[in-house]
Amino acid sequence: MYQYNEQDQTLVEERAAQYRRQTEDFLKGELTEDQFRALRLRNGLYIQTHAPMLRIAVPYGLLNSKQLRKLAHIAREFDKGYCHFTTRQNVQFNWPELERVPDILDELASVQMHSIQTSGNCMRNTTSDPLAGVAIDELEDPRPYCEIIRQWTTLHPEFDYLPRKFKIAVSGAQLDRAATQLHDIGVHLVKNDQGETGFRILVGGGLGRTPVIGQVIRPFLDKQHLLSYLEAILRIYNLFGRRDNKYKARIKILVKETGLDKFSELVEAEWQQIKDGMELSDARIAAIKAHFTPPAYDTDAAQDQSLATQLSANPAFATWYKYNTAAHRVPGYRAAFISLKAPDSPPGDMTDTQLDAVADLADRYSFGQLRSTHRQNLILADIKQADLFSLWQALTNLKLATPNIGTVTDIICCPGLDFCSLANAGSIGVAKEINEALDDLDYVHDIGDVKINMSGCMNGCAHQSVGHIGILGVDKKGSEWYQITLGGSSENEAAIGERLGPAVARDEVTQAITTILDVYVKQRQEEESFLDMVKRVGITPFKERVYADH
Amino acid sequence: MLALPLSKNESMQIIKDKAIIEDTFTTLADDAEPTRGDISVSLSRWKRDRELLLAHPGKVGVRLQASDATADLADDLKRIDLIELDFADFADGRLFSHAWLLRGRYHYQGEIRATGHYLLDQIFYLSRVGVNAFKPAKAEQLASILANLHDFSVKYQPSIV
Repeated sequence: MYQYNEQDQTLVEERAAQYRRQTEDFLKGELTEDQFRALRLRNGLYIQTHAPMLRIAVPYGLLNSKQLRKLAHIAREFDKGYCHFTTRQNVQFNWPELERVPDILDELASVQMHSIQTSGNCMRNTTSDPLAGVAIDELEDPRPYCEIIRQWTTLHPEFDYLPRKFKIAVSGAQLDRAATQLHDIGVHLVKNDQGETGFRILVGGGLGRTPVIGQVIRPFLDKQHLLSYLEAILRIYNLFGRRDNKYKARIKILVKETGLDKFSELVEAEWQQIKDGMELSDARIAAIKAHFTPPAYDTDAAQDQSLATQLSANPAFATWYKYNTAAHRVPGYRAAFISLKAPDSPPGDMTDTQLDAVADLADRYSFGQLRSTHRQNLILADIKQADLFSLWQALTNLKLATPNIGTVTDIICCPGLDFCSLANAGSIGVAKEINEALDDLDYVHDIGDVKINMSGCMNGCAHQSVGHIGILGVDKKGSEWYQITLGGSSENEAAIGERLGPAVARDEVTQAITTILDVYVKQRQEEESFLDMVKRVGITPFKERVYADH
Repeated sequence: MLALPLSKNESMQIIKDKAIIEDTFTTLADDAEPTRGDISVSLSRWKRDRELLLAHPGKVGVRLQASDATADLADDLKRIDLIELDFADFADGRLFSHAWLLRGRYHYQGEIRATGHYLLDQIFYLSRVGVNAFKPAKAEQLASILANLHDFSVKYQPSIV
């Protein structure tokens, strides 16, 4: 894991001091609402329905136990005892007081954390594969490149006032677990014909009101040119991105209106003028890579016999093992998911007690580190198979072992109308209702891989347009209605879901979802996944059943 | 924090190269007769009256708006003593790229001055993309501007200067 040097530490401390001054200036009336808004957003502070919301950066989803304990402390001292993990691997607090946010930033700086550029029209936290470094389908660990990008994007003097927010995701694996095709820039580690590793660069993806899948702007980029190429894209976007309409200001609209060919020419021309002299040296890459060397794995881990015994003796453990652990590149190890989707808890939320307890588990079983995921869960990435049973028991006691990872109750959900000032409709309550309706785990497991994403408004924070089943809350004459889409995906074959039909009322959503699942169960072919079936039959069979009584 | 309206100014002080100096330039409206001494004009007036302005006995500066293209000035940069980056809206980040292009691409050596509605909290960034002069909204901001130049002692990216 990357450890701050003196320069990194100074930067976050000076940023916290700067924000304290800005807050004081605002409270003294020396900054207008508009001016302070731009500054506080660049430090992750939104003004929400009930209170400010503070978003904290978790660079590429990597946390250590000390940082987790600090989040627990902040939840206790500055919030109502819990926090929320987001789809971009960050953490949100929903109840901080504006006057005390500078104190929170000081607390964060003390454990090498910050909230820099987690909102506002600037380059946001870089996200990545939560299984980075341990995945069996990985070409190369993406995290060193994420860190290089993190540093480059942080307080970039030229690109802090962009037309709109700008998000970068990096993946080094065959399966895209970072939704890279739905980011302003997606970076894939790939091999060229000569066997050299470099980057495939995608541009112009994004969700929100106009979901667009990113396009390849450069099939292969030498590693040394990563930052100059990003700079070229950002400069073209900063100069030519639309600023007249915030809904048309993302780079996806610029790429669309300019055309990919013309846009690529502009980027290429810019890049040719800056690339020489901006190269990443091998020494620099090696120095960052040194922060991500594998931990001291037990070479005898695979000799363990206890796992097989426990799996056959304990069906509940076996179920958890099947759904909530993933293969690890080192024999005798697994990556274990911590499900933040317990039936009676808002998706992605964790209490201070759970945070502290999970920090202890990370120390005991997983080299003191953990990851946050795009689907709003956590991962302990390096669990010895002999430890899985004890870990499962501990997680069960913490209500963090619901065996539903990748299933229909592993719902991505935004805070919705309950917390967010942008929302048109509730989402947490609907998620809870769906979760309660699907309380039969055998049925849930039989349905298998169905990803439900639900957002409380068009801004689409929960990426509903790429959910296998997407649910979007809309306001119709003051009441909450929900549009349903089917067939979306954020993985390799990324797709935007198709609208099922007219929006359904609040009290009909759960029924609609269970009906859709019922159609799937009855009409699927052997071993056919939900997504494959939607691709095969289209939306009509689902539509006919859902709207049958209307 | 607020902008100075476009008008002639009497013995206004600005920050240039980290020092407080007297501003010798008069901001000329597009329809105003050139005054004596140093003047600054809009890009459109520069294009219109270029020959006339080149013969002006004082120094000449050009005001760029965010929507202007720096490339339009590329061939004339050696004859221009001052380029003002005029912020109509602090959130319009194009002027940051304009500054970078003027220094990094066109190697402009003259004064680049931020004017208008920029934020004091943008001064550090502006200085890093090559802005070396700042016109305050109010005289009492001069000290703040000098302090804001040092908001951060560390940085991750190469700077223009």
